[in-house]
Amino acid sequence: MSPEHYPSLIVVTPLMMSFIVFAAGLFNRRICYPLVIATLCACFYFSVTLLARVMQQGSPIHYYLGAWDPPWGIEYVVDHLNGLILVSVALIALLVGIYSRSIAAGEFREEKLPQFYTLFLLQVTGLLGMTITGDAFNLYVLLEIASFSAYAIIGMGEGAAAFAAFRYMIFGTIGACAYLLGVGYLYILTGSLNMADLRDLLPPLYGSRVLMAGFAFLMVGVAIKMGLFPVHPWLPDSYTLAPSSVSALLAPLFTKVGAYVLLRVLFTIFDPTFSVTVIPATAVLGWLGVAGVLFAGVMALAQADLKRMLCYLIVAEMGFIVIGIASANRFGLTGAVLHTVNDMFMMACLFTAVGTINACAGTRNLRDLRGINRRLPVTMGVFVVAALSVIGIPPLCGFFSKWYLVLGAIKAGQWAYVAALLISSLLSAVLFFRVIEQVYFAGHETGDGSKTVIDRIPLSQLAPMVCLALCIMLLGVFSGKLINTVIAFAVPAAL
Amino acid sequence: MIEYLLVKHSYWFYIAMIMVGFYGMMAKNNLMKKLIGMNIFQWSIILYYISIGSKKGGTLPVVITGQAARAADYINPLPHVLMLTAIVVGVATTGIALALLVILYRKYGTLEEDEIIKAIKQ
Amino acid sequence: MVRNLDDLIVRTCSRIMVPFLQIYSLYVYVHGHTSPGGGFQGGCIMAASFILLAVAYDIGEAKRRFSERLNALFCCLGVFIYAGTGAVSLIFSDNFLDYSAWRHILPAGPVMARYYGIAMIELGVEITVMAVMVSIFLDLVTAGEQEAVLERNHD
Repeated sequence: MSPEHYPSLIVVTPLMMSFIVFAAGLFNRRICYPLVIATLCACFYFSVTLLARVMQQGSPIHYYLGAWDPPWGIEYVVDHLNGLILVSVALIALLVGIYSRSIAAGEFREEKLPQFYTLFLLQVTGLLGMTITGDAFNLYVLLEIASFSAYAIIGMGEGAAAFAAFRYMIFGTIGACAYLLGVGYLYILTGSLNMADLRDLLPPLYGSRVLMAGFAFLMVGVAIKMGLFPVHPWLPDSYTLAPSSVSALLAPLFTKVGAYVLLRVLFTIFDPTFSVTVIPATAVLGWLGVAGVLFAGVMALAQADLKRMLCYLIVAEMGFIVIGIASANRFGLTGAVLHTVNDMFMMACLFTAVGTINACAGTRNLRDLRGINRRLPVTMGVFVVAALSVIGIPPLCGFFSKWYLVLGAIKAGQWAYVAALLISSLLSAVLFFRVIEQVYFAGHETGDGSKTVIDRIPLSQLAPMVCLALCIMLLGVFSGKLINTVIAFAVPAAL
Repeated sequence: MIEYLLVKHSYWFYIAMIMVGFYGMMAKNNLMKKLIGMNIFQWSIILYYISIGSKKGGTLPVVITGQAARAADYINPLPHVLMLTAIVVGVATTGIALALLVILYRKYGTLEEDEIIKAIKQ
Repeated sequence: MVRNLDDLIVRTCSRIMVPFLQIYSLYVYVHGHTSPGGGFQGGCIMAASFILLAVAYDIGEAKRRFSERLNALFCCLGVFIYAGTGAVSLIFSDNFLDYSAWRHILPAGPVMARYYGIAMIELGVEITVMAVMVSIFLDLVTAGEQEAVLERNHD
């Protein structure tokens, strides 16, 4: 298959393979896992090739589905922003897929495993498709594919997971319908659904009330899907009660792709100056970001459950990205894009480590995890690397994205954003040092006092976590190169 | 004022239905009623979209062979096609929600939200 | 419907109606090109015919005609027909879902090849929708324990 068809193959392959896994799972259950890993490797290869072509070409790749020219047909566009998010999503999906083998075998009954892998691949289809599409309504369809897989795969868990999934569904449907209404208003005004075409057709209409209403609906819909304060309450319950293999996939990826959709709506469908001058959307987003960062930091401090603490941390990280967008200058947006990518890897690290801790110790309560580092030294090492990155310690990647966010806030003259960013670093330092103190220094009351050099967990669980920690360190060391070659072109040139 | 209400009467009807569905989703205690509210919410958005495509004096968007096609005479078929997708999305949402309700009923014996929360907290 | 409904009128009428329902669903599917109708609508009507059997008789009757494993396979088959129709275009180096690539296989020009391609994907849609609707109904009615319900009815 020639590389020019990779934009469609990256979405079609996991879609087809999810149904092949479902059909094959009816006959032979052991074949599901190799098929899933092969599919995710293929997606990763496609995404890397696409990003390499975009960087070599310098201009976006356009792919017309059905050979209908836009705006009549659906178009897939890969540019620098897209390509970077595609590579991150594909890599994390691959590593979490390898990780999920032994974790899912412990969490689900064996006859449910093909269903788990089917929903896994459908989720990856939805996420990759949301990233690559250039059509506003196609984005709604793929958003719903990703959301349904999330509702169903969370509902597969034990305990109260079905209730959390139902509440997530109610919230998520409001968000998706709000997005649909927003796209509907834009369609009424212009008659087009293509993002680039909307960018050309909308500027003469920037004063009309229909456009304001459509923009408001779009913002609300994307904010719900993203987990932005104050429409975030679906996030802590559903990600905490979900099975570990599921939250390791959803927590890093779903909200960050939502943040990417926010970037697309604000800067591709609408002119960058629209959200700054015509409607003070960036000001509103900035204040919501600040409130979210502070609120989520305080709520995270109050949690005894390790996973629930991390869920509130996701809400705080979403606040960071929105603060970067609200600064509306090159530094702020560079920080926002870099933080989206960094946060994917940091959250993947944290949630896989917590999943392993849960599987090994049977509990996620901080007080019961004293001395767990004797049984799981490498896992806790990975957790500490990710924690230091979240706090923002160089040369890990979290430092550089926070650096750019603070620079952007200073340049925009918004000292409230700077204060929020610094206070949040303090809060996450307190958060994680509390965990590190409980685990490492509170005396060994669990276990038999023996020290293991390497964890007694399957290699398929250990290797992806170590890879993710290495990615965090590499992203930090090479962040300058990443910014100069990719992100500098991803940020819109008008700012 | 009255002609403002009368000219856009269909839009007021859709807004009323959206609000009814929204109220059901938010304020009702029984999970099944929340689901029905969600259904009403989605279906009224679909109705609103379909009403976009209608034109005064327009006819079915099927071109009879041998006659020239003037686009102004036919109603817009694109919102209908988009809403076919949205209807399928609504059906899938209802299917997943009902399956989750079956699991919840089997586990807790009730579909009232406050009783389920009380049972979870124990 | 879970226990056998011993009503002569309901059973006879539904037994007469089911083949007409299925022919009507194919009629709706074929006429979807140039009048209201299409794959999704036809698939729903076809699913209604199986659900009518389940309601009028009992679940075992519907499952004798359309077992759970066949249901799952049909669901995948419809998606494969749809994606396969699009993938043929990839084989001939056209864009995905470009049905004019079927002119290499069918004796038709590029415009009529798109016409036939749409008919093929609607067939895939119909098969998947039918399988999924029947599966949703049977799962919900038996509250997920299809095998246990059938055991109880046989005793």
